[in-house]
Amino acid sequence: MTLEFLLASAIGVLVAGGIYLSLRARTFQVVLGLTLFSYAVNLFLFASGRLTINRPPILQKGVTEYADPLPQALVLTAIVITFGMTALAVVLSLRSFLETGSDQVDGNECAGDEDEGPDLNAGPRA
Amino acid sequence: MSIASHFAIAPVVIPALAAPFALLVMRRRRWLGVGISFASCAAMLAVALLLLRAASDGTIRTYELGEWPAPFGIVLVVDRLAAIMLTLAATLSLIALLHAVIARSDRKGWHFHPMFQFQLMGLNGAFLTGDLFNLFVFFEVLLIASYGLMLHGQGPARLKAGVQYVIVNIVGSSLFLIALGLLYALTGTLNMADMGLRVAEIPIADQGLLRVAALLLASVFALKAAIVPLHLWLPRTYAVSTPAVAALFAIMTKVGVYAMIRVIPQIFGDDAGAAAWVPAPYLLPAAMLTAIVGFGGVFVARELSEQAAYAVIGSTGTLMIAVAGWQPDTLGAAIYYLVHSTLAGATLFLVADAVARRRASYADRATPGPLFQDRQLVAVLFMGAAIAATGLPPLSGFIGKLLILRSVADVPSWGWAWGTILGTTLIGVIGFARTGSAIFWNETEASARAQLPQVSRADLLAPAIALALLAALSIGAGPVTDYGHAAARQALDSASTARAVLGGH
Repeated sequence: MTLEFLLASAIGVLVAGGIYLSLRARTFQVVLGLTLFSYAVNLFLFASGRLTINRPPILQKGVTEYADPLPQALVLTAIVITFGMTALAVVLSLRSFLETGSDQVDGNECAGDEDEGPDLNAGPRA
Repeated sequence: MSIASHFAIAPVVIPALAAPFALLVMRRRRWLGVGISFASCAAMLAVALLLLRAASDGTIRTYELGEWPAPFGIVLVVDRLAAIMLTLAATLSLIALLHAVIARSDRKGWHFHPMFQFQLMGLNGAFLTGDLFNLFVFFEVLLIASYGLMLHGQGPARLKAGVQYVIVNIVGSSLFLIALGLLYALTGTLNMADMGLRVAEIPIADQGLLRVAALLLASVFALKAAIVPLHLWLPRTYAVSTPAVAALFAIMTKVGVYAMIRVIPQIFGDDAGAAAWVPAPYLLPAAMLTAIVGFGGVFVARELSEQAAYAVIGSTGTLMIAVAGWQPDTLGAAIYYLVHSTLAGATLFLVADAVARRRASYADRATPGPLFQDRQLVAVLFMGAAIAATGLPPLSGFIGKLLILRSVADVPSWGWAWGTILGTTLIGVIGFARTGSAIFWNETEASARAQLPQVSRADLLAPAIALALLAALSIGAGPVTDYGHAAARQALDSASTARAVLGGH
């Protein structure tokens, strides 16, 4: 098994899980899906500079083979941005749940959902 | 470097400085924060006009950040099209800000003015940048600010729409990053001009990947531009936003269109081998569907703000019909219509707000209500905005649509384009006539009139200014279309852009 195969399948599994969860109806699952998806994107971006082992990214004496430093800078930026965005999505979902009383992405309560998930309004739901 | 050569970065730096200063002073002196916000927008307009004048000679000015030479550092590119967009954004921001302050909607939360400035920073940066990753970063800046602005004023309806808006855009940004990663892996550069040169040398085996990247990138921009079938996030988001914010958002969909105009000819132009113009065949059908869905929504909308949101979608569709021709003629017409439709969409949101403020619980629903204050004046403004949005004479929408119709006459599928544009115009006219007559002509419960709030007429100022600008755009159509066509030729001439960006080193 090569490094490429491992990384590619890891990205594939993360994307599949991320897309499946992003398409779910509840905000908690969607946020998890977005997180998985952004992990996959970060790995992908990281791999866009080719996979190399034991090569320095910046200039060193006596070294002729280098790893591409740019994707590492890009992936740092992307991590910061997607992490911030995910945090915002979490806070927003919480606020939305507390104000509308529903944790569905479309804001409507689905029948049959009552028994799973957190119930912050102790007492029976209408 | 002389000081004048630094003007190129001023549209990014001015709001970036204004936002934190406004944030600092607003806790103690609110008026000072408002003043900073206005001063920043006015300064941006002044700089944008200077750049517009400078760009009119046809030279493409570049600004290298930190003086890093072009393919390695980030470069800003000021050409005619970028200057037009900067001017449009600054003008629109002044109108939206004026309305927010007059209607006091900026007082519903603490951070309206800083967010507003960051939004403009993102917009201006996206218009200026010549670097694909930098474009992503400025997209994120404008999106993060737009989340804050969209939720400004809060309430369950906004939060509900906000969750969807944020999720859709996070997915869009992730796809943008995948496309970026692919392009970087294939070309080894992020500079758009450099990328455009290097795609020609990609081996045949990798051209499939290049096609994927092109289509992904086009999909992301289509999502931002709200082109069918990626438009579903827009109507609710815009309809529930604070009206002044929605007016500013009228330019957000145009950012997606602008990014397509920038990226597709430059990177996926004639030299891109198997990936040359890959997204192009999908754009025309999608654009026609967008126009139909948009103006269909105008026809069935039950509220003026919802109608305005659908009018924004419809106008983007009409705009994309012209853009999808990818000829200097069609793109020139598109640029004129882009300026017009942004202002027209903003006017609709502002007029909807003027109606909603006067009708109390009836808000801007298209149902007959009691006779409200300044009804005739508001009705005239609504009629003006509707004329502009649908493209009837004498306002600039008519000229814009006429230019588009004439320019797409040379495109093979011109019959479809003509049918769509003319048909959707008719549907739009009927839709606006329906809501307008329900709100302004029918009257019920004359006794309820006493309960309506007294509203100062000052809030009609911003929509009136926007309408005046549309009239000016109509009167000055000659010079504006000349500039637009010159901008289109420049935007499609990717070789000279590449020379301007990369040459001289």
